[in-house]
Amino acid sequence: MHMQCPKCHASMHTYNRNGVQIEQCSGCRGIFLDYGELEALTRLESQWGGPAVPPPPAAPQYPAGGHHSAPAWGAPHGGHHGGHHGGHHNRGFGHMLFSS
Amino acid sequence: MTTTDVLPALRATVRGAAHPQAARCSHPDAVLAEREDGTVVRHADTVAKAHAPDTDPAHLALRLAVATAHPDILLAPLRPDPAALHGRLITFWPYGTPVDPEAPEDAPWEEAATLLARLHRRRPHPGLPPMRGPVKAARAVARLTGTAVDHPAAPPVLGAWRALPAWARAEVPMSAPTALCHGDLHLGQLVRHPVSGGAWRLIDVDDLGVGVPAWDLARPAAWYACGLLPPDVWACFLDAYQRAGGPAVPADADPWPVLDVSARALTVQTAALAIAKATAADRPLDDVEGAVIDACDRMSTVPPELASDFPK
Repeated sequence: MHMQCPKCHASMHTYNRNGVQIEQCSGCRGIFLDYGELEALTRLESQWGGPAVPPPPAAPQYPAGGHHSAPAWGAPHGGHHGGHHGGHHNRGFGHMLFSS
Repeated sequence: MTTTDVLPALRATVRGAAHPQAARCSHPDAVLAEREDGTVVRHADTVAKAHAPDTDPAHLALRLAVATAHPDILLAPLRPDPAALHGRLITFWPYGTPVDPEAPEDAPWEEAATLLARLHRRRPHPGLPPMRGPVKAARAVARLTGTAVDHPAAPPVLGAWRALPAWARAEVPMSAPTALCHGDLHLGQLVRHPVSGGAWRLIDVDDLGVGVPAWDLARPAAWYACGLLPPDVWACFLDAYQRAGGPAVPADADPWPVLDVSARALTVQTAALAIAKATAADRPLDDVEGAVIDACDRMSTVPPELASDFPK
């Protein structure tokens, strides 16, 4: 799958490092790792005797497409609170929907 | 002249417009809106709007001409030109049924998106002024700094504002590509005309003009990003816009690179007004307002997308 860099939107190219697929941006040189890939690299590194890298925080990513994508500053996934019809914030949001 | 001064004259005017022949009638007047930026009175099937005191007559005439020219998108005015009344510009409109504020879940999201897509594809009239979205965002921030800058929620909102590109803060003209835009889309900007079973139309041309079309999608986008609008409603809105050939976002790729700046600006605008209004009413922010301010706070960790356009 062709990927676009979530940071600078240049195209990303796939590299194979010790059997782990890594996407690197052709523009900003940033690296995208799929779930588990950093751990795979860490395991490989520790096999070679290097210091282990701590596991990454579960950082949100821009999905590559689709309408359920959201900006990185968006509310945490699953945290939307008020759009549910009849939710207890509905009144305040209802007012917001109608004002400039 | 203040809004209270113009109201009695506006009531008399709208009665006269609704019944040119009759000396008296039994219809009640209804004040639909009374704000600094406009006073709106309904009488029978006629609505009269007194526009903001600083409204440019030439600009309003051009915006009115757009509504007249595209009656399949915008509610068409009853008279092609603004009238003057007590120093204010007045326009006349047919009454249409608004979205029910008690049932926003029945709101015509798809129709709104389709109307916007259609509007964005029409050629702007020569001389049409810029869409006023960024100006309104800047005014909201000015109101915050002028009346509530010491509020504890103000710093993240002002920080998010300062991080926006100059065009989104109305400091420089909007960059190309531009399109014919509404400029202030929300659910109060849709009416059904004729009243029973008519088609949905966009109303309120005061902010209409040439600008970045993503701005018109940015309020729903901001509500979705703030966690307020359910994902399925946002998807329905965006799908309908793309199906109708709307040019603001790519047809089959992530829309957020294009929506990012405008959605940030509308989030900041909403947050700024929320803080200013809460301060004026001496009340705490509610949870919905808090969600919008939290979004401004999170913006500081991610710089705005540079693109206001996408590769064609």
